[in-house]
Amino acid sequence: MSWSLKVRTFAVAAICAATAILAVALAPGAEAKTLRFAFQGELKSVDPYQINESFSLSVNGAVYEGLVRRGPDMKIQPCLATSWDVLDPLHWRFHLRKGVKFHEGQDFTADDVIFSARRVLSAGSDLKGRIPADARIVKVDDYTVDFLLKSPNPLLINEWESWGMFSKSWSEAHGAAEATAMNATTPPYAGLHANGTGPFILVSHEPGVKTVWRKNPNWWDTPKHNIDDVVFTPIPNAATRVAALLSGEIDWMDPVPLNDQARVNANPGAEVLAGPEIRTIFLGMDQFRDELGHSSVKGKNPFKDVRVRKAFYQAVDEDAINKKVMRGQATPSALLIAPALFSRSKDFKRFPFDPEASKKLLAEAGYPDGFEVQMDCPNDRYVNDEQICQAVVGMLARVGVKVDLNAEPKSKFFASISAAGGYDSSFYLLGWTPTTLESYNVFQYIVGCRNEKTNWGGNNVGDYCNPSVDALARKALQEPNETGRDDDFAQGWQIALFDDVGYIPLHQQALAWGVSKTTHVIQRPDNYYIFAWVTMD
Amino acid sequence: MIAFVVRRVLASIGVMIAVGLIAFAMFRYVGDPINQMVGVETSVAERAQLREELGLNDPAIVQALRFLARAARFDFGVSYQFKQPVADLIGARMPATLELAFVASILSLAAGIPMGVYSALHRDSALSRLFQALSLIGISLPTFLTGILLITLFSVVLGWLPSFGRGDVVRLGPWWTTGFLTVSGLKSLVMPATTLALFQMTLIMRLVRAEMLEVLRADYIRFARARGLSESAIHFRHALKNTLVPVITIVGLQLGSIVAFSIITETVFAWPGMGQLFLQSIQNVDIPIMAAYLLFIAFMFVTINLVVDILYVSVDPRLRASLHGMHG
Repeated sequence: MSWSLKVRTFAVAAICAATAILAVALAPGAEAKTLRFAFQGELKSVDPYQINESFSLSVNGAVYEGLVRRGPDMKIQPCLATSWDVLDPLHWRFHLRKGVKFHEGQDFTADDVIFSARRVLSAGSDLKGRIPADARIVKVDDYTVDFLLKSPNPLLINEWESWGMFSKSWSEAHGAAEATAMNATTPPYAGLHANGTGPFILVSHEPGVKTVWRKNPNWWDTPKHNIDDVVFTPIPNAATRVAALLSGEIDWMDPVPLNDQARVNANPGAEVLAGPEIRTIFLGMDQFRDELGHSSVKGKNPFKDVRVRKAFYQAVDEDAINKKVMRGQATPSALLIAPALFSRSKDFKRFPFDPEASKKLLAEAGYPDGFEVQMDCPNDRYVNDEQICQAVVGMLARVGVKVDLNAEPKSKFFASISAAGGYDSSFYLLGWTPTTLESYNVFQYIVGCRNEKTNWGGNNVGDYCNPSVDALARKALQEPNETGRDDDFAQGWQIALFDDVGYIPLHQQALAWGVSKTTHVIQRPDNYYIFAWVTMD
Repeated sequence: MIAFVVRRVLASIGVMIAVGLIAFAMFRYVGDPINQMVGVETSVAERAQLREELGLNDPAIVQALRFLARAARFDFGVSYQFKQPVADLIGARMPATLELAFVASILSLAAGIPMGVYSALHRDSALSRLFQALSLIGISLPTFLTGILLITLFSVVLGWLPSFGRGDVVRLGPWWTTGFLTVSGLKSLVMPATTLALFQMTLIMRLVRAEMLEVLRADYIRFARARGLSESAIHFRHALKNTLVPVITIVGLQLGSIVAFSIITETVFAWPGMGQLFLQSIQNVDIPIMAAYLLFIAFMFVTINLVVDILYVSVDPRLRASLHGMHG
């Protein structure tokens, strides 16, 4: 290194240092309100189409808005579409909001909607389910778009809050016209830069380190929030996350572990905001193999017998699980859908906890002394997942069933229970959130007979299968009104969970956000983090 | 000498290839990357296609060789999770880890050497016993526990130091960000560096103490005393100097392990370094990041060892002689 270069390097360093000190000294005082938010996982991309995961979708929703959005009560509201008409069950017409501009100044028009539809269906997109692949999207004029469907779908717009609108000209100018392919070899522009219409503008995104947004002063809607900047940091360690909240270094974080909730509430500066989540936790059983794997039973599969399934159900004391493991924060459930999402929920009651009845059922089914079976359980996916499984193991032991617990990190658990792993589980715990916020989604992915070609029953690991349940779900989709649909779903639930005992529902787990007392947030049961509703004192 | 170096470099390359092969043989037990890349509603067909496109159906050895062949051209692929080039991701995280390791090393030396010297000179004093007790704690307390205890005390109770992150950083050139130039950056360094330094400090203290006791028994010290030199001259000019040779060797070698084992410290303090990136990538089964990180760590160890070997040969005449002898 030459002398002059050394001097120059030093000078640069000195200037940087001086600037930094000045920046610290001149940092604005009480005026600018910065929301500091932390989550246990990282934001994988600022391109919302990259992964269909609620964290990514909700946070990126601050930048990219959909044609519709959902309010605090989960009701669908107009957003970039001011209104829509269902001209007939196959023909939806959307009237777009006028005068909306993207962050970089482009006007929002029908072309952007059509472009975004094409992008969300492109090969690299993980949100392909947002639009039926065979739908035709037609521009009527600059602010009117028609969606022409091949089959009726009253739930068309249910998931459209998280289908954010991209600017056609911006995406094309930056080579981001298609969602980034999963096997991409070049870094995607839209993975580090964003340009939506939403209440916040992306300032910087360092993957896995920090993401910063500032408020969009030209947002079309009247802001309910009063914050100027949002800084997101992933803090993977739960104890550190709690400490950071208690020491006032962050304003909002998720999740607070059940064990730390009392400590957070005892602190004068912060509190736990708890509420029911719409995710249902349940137990599944292998009902398709002729010989049950990972078990002591040879030559047959006890789970094919409804009496054995019901015996397992009645052996599990969900109230005790809720009290001891979930600290009373869960909502025991008779269905695989949360009460908030299904109008007929109150008509259904869980089978009572009854170990004697359970033993009798096992004896009738030919297992008076029970049998041995392995249970697969994730240990880092749901609230206290491994502890729930341990409790279930203990309860089943009381009716003579010896369960070997195999608790694994989610990366291994999902690898073995998924299609790629050959649905390799005899007895397992799983959770499910219907992203459409109604029953059809649960029938489609969890309860329906497994069919890999149509992606029906795709997460039905044990392949519980009753074609009449599938028929009811499909029939419901033809019903334009919600009451009619829910009648069909109620019949479906009755057969699947009570006549057939295809699954053992446990509970809806609880959300637990840690929030500083000076920060006011709104908690929606789908666990979306909506910066646009945050106010700070 | 040149032949020796060439031989050692070739052996180092062999080690790195072996690390690559072993790494890929193990990745299959970490889990399925596809499940971490797509949402739960993605169809079986799409998942299968993705698996094929990423080459995950190939045998581990094919995947490993493909990775190594690209790595030889400094192409480490694209992260499954972030869809960003792995070299960029690791490069962006490297300054954080290296600064942390650097401060931790300095800290462990600055505290470890005086403590070692003191406890060698005043073997039975109360302070020496305290140092010994501290060093026992330093060796036996797991890093995550030390970290959480520090956070609870200094962030939550006292509110002096930040509990997570790197504070404000200043960008120096295209490749480096530093936390040394801001107040929040320096404050953020204190606890992670202390946590990381604790084990090293214990090690250095014990090493210095043992070496010093050894040296103090040596003949030249006795002769120095006989010559009537002052105690401080004997202790610091003669004894300490000779004690430090093995200490410096160990510290050099330990620098590698500080970088490699900062994983837990980084995770506890949400320190945005390579270790945290690596841990995230294990959870996400992000094979390109895991492979590149392991290769980087192997490279670091191999390089340090190579340098040490070469230094030994050039410093120690006996080793040189044996090399010449080998050549006949």
